[in-house]
Amino acid sequence: MIPELGHFALCLATGLALVQWLVPTAGAVTRRWRWAAVAQPAAVGQFIFVAFAFAALTYAFIVKDFSVAYVAANSNSELPLMYRISAVWGAHEGSLLLWALMLSVWTLAVSVSARRLPSDVGAIVIATMGAVSVAFLLFTILTSNPFERLIPAAADGNDLNPLLQDPGLIIHPPMLYMGYVGFSVAFSFAIAALITGRLDTAWARWTRPWTTTAWLFLTIGIALGSWWAYNELGWGGWWFWDPVENASFMPWLVGTALIHSLAVTEKRGLLKSWTVLLAISAFALSLLGTFLVRSGVLVSVHAFATDPQRGVFVLAIFTFFVAGSLLLYALRAGKFQSSAGGIALFSREGLLLLNNVFLTVAALAVLLGTLYPLFVDALGGGKLSVGPPYFNAVFVPLTIPLVVLVGLASAVSWKRGKMERVRSQLWLPGAIAASLAVVAAVVAGGQWMAVGLAVLLGVWAIATALYDPVKTVLGRSRVKLGRAAWGMSLAHIGLGIFVIGVGIVSAASIEKDVRLNIGETESLGGYDFTFMGVREAPGPNYTARIGAVEAARGGQTFAELAPEKRLYPSQQNPMTEASTHILPWRDVYVSLGEPLEDGDVRGAWSLRLYVKPFIRWIWLGSFLMALGGGIAASDKRYRLAGRKAVPALDNTAAAQ
Amino acid sequence: MLAVGALVLGVGAAVALALTAFNQNLMYFYSPSEVLAGDAPEQARIRVGGIVEDGSFVRDPNSLRVDFRLADCDVAVAVTYTGILPDLFREGQGIIAMGNMDGDIFAADEVLAKHDENYMPPELVESLKDKQGTSCMPVAAT
Repeated sequence: MIPELGHFALCLATGLALVQWLVPTAGAVTRRWRWAAVAQPAAVGQFIFVAFAFAALTYAFIVKDFSVAYVAANSNSELPLMYRISAVWGAHEGSLLLWALMLSVWTLAVSVSARRLPSDVGAIVIATMGAVSVAFLLFTILTSNPFERLIPAAADGNDLNPLLQDPGLIIHPPMLYMGYVGFSVAFSFAIAALITGRLDTAWARWTRPWTTTAWLFLTIGIALGSWWAYNELGWGGWWFWDPVENASFMPWLVGTALIHSLAVTEKRGLLKSWTVLLAISAFALSLLGTFLVRSGVLVSVHAFATDPQRGVFVLAIFTFFVAGSLLLYALRAGKFQSSAGGIALFSREGLLLLNNVFLTVAALAVLLGTLYPLFVDALGGGKLSVGPPYFNAVFVPLTIPLVVLVGLASAVSWKRGKMERVRSQLWLPGAIAASLAVVAAVVAGGQWMAVGLAVLLGVWAIATALYDPVKTVLGRSRVKLGRAAWGMSLAHIGLGIFVIGVGIVSAASIEKDVRLNIGETESLGGYDFTFMGVREAPGPNYTARIGAVEAARGGQTFAELAPEKRLYPSQQNPMTEASTHILPWRDVYVSLGEPLEDGDVRGAWSLRLYVKPFIRWIWLGSFLMALGGGIAASDKRYRLAGRKAVPALDNTAAAQ
Repeated sequence: MLAVGALVLGVGAAVALALTAFNQNLMYFYSPSEVLAGDAPEQARIRVGGIVEDGSFVRDPNSLRVDFRLADCDVAVAVTYTGILPDLFREGQGIIAMGNMDGDIFAADEVLAKHDENYMPPELVESLKDKQGTSCMPVAAT
């Protein structure tokens, strides 16, 4: 009964989304404000029904209702409650429902704050989000109904893919989806700007906090995915340039560019049509990401089972929104007048434009590497793949100037930069970065070049970002820093920490696959690993083989590592659970391979040993970037951005 | 003008960089029949996909070296690999090996098996079809 109610609620939500799309659009175009006012109640109603449907599916999982096909396929009577709940979005149908739920949450949030928007803008924004809802709800109901019954009911479920039974995976998809779906808000604002022809400072101020919030969720989602891969895949890597990783990284890159170009649009009234194009692109890439993952065209750990019908449907959605918005853009973008005067390269806006060029080129390079194999295959050119070396070779040279720009731009004012200020503000951070880089290069020894460069760039970003906050804290600053400025500094500090982490991990990680008998010791990078054997132990819904490895340095044992191999009887899938000893400047990582003597647990095993310096800095840096985004988005000037006109150039607040 | 010049230069350099790296890192997929027919360029890093032939798996007693044969509809190619195999590697399972041909033996430096036993990479499914396009069972153990 409950699943049928859920299905019914989903249908009602689709109807309301249709109303939310069509009625306010018609109202805004024909200037019938009572029609436009339908947007908000329709959005609230749509949220209630989608949330009900989601709750109904969750309920079916909690009570182990194996008469629902989706529950039977992705749960099991042995599955712990926590994973029964996260199994709701563990596969295709449920994750689509999560997508729809996230979208309705964003719509609700926008509609609550829409009172501060001019009524036509508010109506079109909510209506556009309604159109997106219609597409995805129809997709769910027509091709991927999670409430489908299984007759007769299964005695027991097939179980959740063991790979997904991990705390990181409970929150990774919701965060990622919040980010993907969140870009629909910036997209809707862009559509509203195109239709109403109004694109001014106030528009940029409405759009910025939404974009930054979506971006911060995407940042957390990607970082969590990377952290999960490191722990669960047993390969010790944190990024694989897997097509699906790329699919989430492209909107992130374009979203980052959008955040920066919105700053120029807000402060200087420039780059208007470019900003709109970026907003469209960020959402288009989010849709492309969904298409790539859902259609099964990609070979990836993330790929779900192939179903051509679904692929065609998502492709249709993608084409509708991208072609529609680009058509609108082609017709209307010419009308936007940027403020008089060009852009000087040596100015804040000039450097932000450069930042945009690098970020966009980086996104295009990732797009090329991700889609090229698909095109070649479609044209009958054979099966091929693009290896990680390509992405690394393209990415590193593009990132270096970006990080240099981050520091430089912090000392260059809007309109026209002054050389004296750049010199007086940047010599100290530059000197700190250079001296720390020299120290790091000496310590690193063999990998001195890469490590030195990473530290130089990272410390440069951190030290330059600290300049304004430190000045303020010391009371030497004439202007008070707003939250936007604090958030920006924090995010750039995060970027610096991230760069240091990535650089050092890539250059100085060491690894070894070894064969060890009980009692044998293997040395790696000054650490001694002694294999103490493997024991078997039951888990809640699996049996584990738990290895014992003593890690020692200089004869002192500092950790007893317990890497696991888990066997889930419901699926006969083994799973690797790595064990790590963590210090701020390095991880010692051990994962269990396999028993080598005819499956004898007490015999020799293969083990994978890693020493990974500074790997935690990658996730710490990402987290700080997201936190900085959160602080920036809560700046009160965005909340104050009301109907009244605001001056185009606000000299008191710093950059983004 | 200066800004435009800098942009053109920057984008040009980036594109040149990307395309060079791109060309060097394309990795083509071959079936065992194709590699044994000599279709794959010698020494180029390629991907080979097939089914691990039943009874062909041999583990070296003193190291992490393993040898097995990778089969498609018609033939099987010998593969050697040193390292840890993925969790789902077993005989009869579809896998993809990356590496290069060394004489008649494929020297793999990476072996991938999917994390879902019912899932097969599309290119592997494609290469396991015979000339009429029907799916085949790979050659049996001899």
